[in-house]
Amino acid sequence: MNKKMSKAASSEQRWGWFMVAPTIIGLLVLNVWPFIQTIWASFCEHLGFGHYRFIGLDNYINMFQNADFWKATGNTLLFVVLTVPVGIFLSLLVAVMLNAKVKFKGGFRTIFFLPMVCAPAAVTMVWRWIFNADYGVLNQIFGTHVKWITDPNVALISCAVVAIWSAIGYDAVLLLSGLQNISKSYYEAASIDGAGKIKQFFSITLPMVSPTLFVTMIMRLMASLKVYDLIYMMVEETNPALTNVQSLIYLFYRESFVAGSRGSGSAIAVWTVLLIGIATVFQFWGQKKWVNYEV
Amino acid sequence: MKTKSLEGSRRSTKIVTYAALIIGSVIMIFPFLWMILTSLKTQTESIQVPPTIFPKELIFSNFTDAINSLPFVNMYVNTILMIVFRVIFAVVFSSMAGYAFAKLNFKGKNILFGIVLMQMMLPSQIFIIPQYQMVAKLGMANSIAALVFPGIVSAFGTFFLRQAYLGIPNEIAEAAYLDGCNQWQAFYKVMAPLTTSSVAALTVFTAVFAYSDLMWPLVVNSDLNMMTLSSGLATLRGQFSTNFPVLMAGSLLAMLPMVILYLFFQKQFIEGIAMTGGK
Repeated sequence: MNKKMSKAASSEQRWGWFMVAPTIIGLLVLNVWPFIQTIWASFCEHLGFGHYRFIGLDNYINMFQNADFWKATGNTLLFVVLTVPVGIFLSLLVAVMLNAKVKFKGGFRTIFFLPMVCAPAAVTMVWRWIFNADYGVLNQIFGTHVKWITDPNVALISCAVVAIWSAIGYDAVLLLSGLQNISKSYYEAASIDGAGKIKQFFSITLPMVSPTLFVTMIMRLMASLKVYDLIYMMVEETNPALTNVQSLIYLFYRESFVAGSRGSGSAIAVWTVLLIGIATVFQFWGQKKWVNYEV
Repeated sequence: MKTKSLEGSRRSTKIVTYAALIIGSVIMIFPFLWMILTSLKTQTESIQVPPTIFPKELIFSNFTDAINSLPFVNMYVNTILMIVFRVIFAVVFSSMAGYAFAKLNFKGKNILFGIVLMQMMLPSQIFIIPQYQMVAKLGMANSIAALVFPGIVSAFGTFFLRQAYLGIPNEIAEAAYLDGCNQWQAFYKVMAPLTTSSVAALTVFTAVFAYSDLMWPLVVNSDLNMMTLSSGLATLRGQFSTNFPVLMAGSLLAMLPMVILYLFFQKQFIEGIAMTGGK
C-alpha cells in the first residue's frame, strides 16, 4: 500500500514538472537570465554587437551626475503625483455613480471603458491634435494660445490629463466590482439610523471598498512609474519640452535603443526597478493605516 | 412634509448623478468624435479659424493617403498574428502550469512559483535589452516570431489560472482518477473545461496588452512591413507631423478592429479585464 502511494506520488511529481516545464524554462530564458544580464550590463560599457566590458560603478556615477537623469526621475514622480490621486478619485466617483440605480448603466460603462481597448499610440494622436497650439480645438474653444505639448511647464500636465482620461474607465470597473460586493443591508441599516448619503459614503462605502481601492492604487502607481508609450507619442524627441517631460523609461529607451548605450540604459532600468520597489514597500506599509480587511 | 423633502433630495441627487455621468461621457467620447470628424476634412479645412465642427464635404482621401504611406494590410496581419500566437501560448502553457501549481505536489514547487511571482513584480523593461539581443543573435529581428518572443510564456497568466484551478474542488479531479483518468486526462478533459471564463479573461487581457504594446515592436521590428499597428502609427506621426486629417484617418484605421470587437463583446472585455485586474 505504502509503495503504491509513493508510486502515485512520484507520478504526480513527474506530471507536475512536465506541466510547469514550458513556463519555467521560458521564464528562465526570457526573464531570469535577462534580469541577471541587465544588472551585469549596468556595470559594463557596451562595445557594440552585444559585447560588454566591465567598468565598475561608472555608469551609476555618470548617471547620478547627469541632470537629465534627475530631471527624468523628477518628471516620473511628478507624473505619479499628477495622475494617481486625481485619477483614483475620479474613478471612484464614476464607480460610485455607476453603482447607484441609474439607467443606461451598461452604456455609460462601455463609454468610460473605451480608451482601454484603444492602443495608446492611436489615442495620443488625437490628443496631440486637440492640444495643438495653433489649430487645436482646445485653444480655439477657450481663445487661448497655450502650447500644451511644447511648453516645458505645461507639457507634463497635458500628458497627465491624457493618462487620467485613458485609465479612468479601467480603474472604475475594478472599483465597481469592489462596490458591488458591499451588502445592501449596511446601507439600509444606516438609512434607518438617519445617516445621509455623504455620511454613508465615508462610514460604509470607503472602508468596505478600501481593499479594492488599495489594489487599484498599487496598480496605477506601478503603471505611472513605468509610463512610456503615452509620453513617447505625445512628445517626440525634437520637442523643446522633452527634458521636462521624459519619464525614466523614456530616457531608458532613448539611451538603450536610440543612443545605443546599453550599459547606462541598464543602469536606468535598475534604478527604476528600485524606485518601484521602494514605492510598493511604502504603499504596503501605509495600507495598515487605512485599508480595512475586517470584512 | 418630511418625506416630501427626502424625496426632493433624492431626486436632486439623481439629477446631479446623471448630469455628472453625461458630462463625463461627453469628455470620454469627444476625442473619438473629433478624430472621426477631422479624418473627413481637407487639411485646409482642418486648420481653419474658427474651426468647423462638421466637414463641409466628406473627404475620404485621407484614408487612402494613410493607406498609401503605411502598409496597413501588413500591419493588420502582423498585429493579428502576434496576438493570436501570444494568446495561444499564454493560454496553453499557463493552463498547464497553473493546474500543476494549484493541484499537484512536486519538489521545488514553491521555488518555481517564486520565479513566476518575481517576473510579475518586475517591469518588463528590465528584460528588454537582453531579450532584444537574443532576438538579434538568433537572426529573428523583423519577423512575427520576434513580435511573439517575450510573450511565449506568461507569468501573469500562470498566476491567474492557478487562482482559477484553486477555486475548483479537489473532489472533481479525484472522481476523474477513479474513472481511470491519468493526471493529464484529468487536467485536459475534466479540469481545464471548468476554467473557460478565466481563460476568456486571460485571452482578452493578453490580446489588449499585446495590441497596445509599443516599445517591444518598435525595438525589434524596424522594417515598416513588419510593424504592428501601434509601432506603425508612431512612424506615421513622424511622416505627417502637421497633416492631422491623415493622422486621424490612420489612427482610426488602427483602432477600428479592436473597437469593433469591443462593441460586440463588451461584456467579455470589461468583465475579463475586471477579473484580471491587479496586473
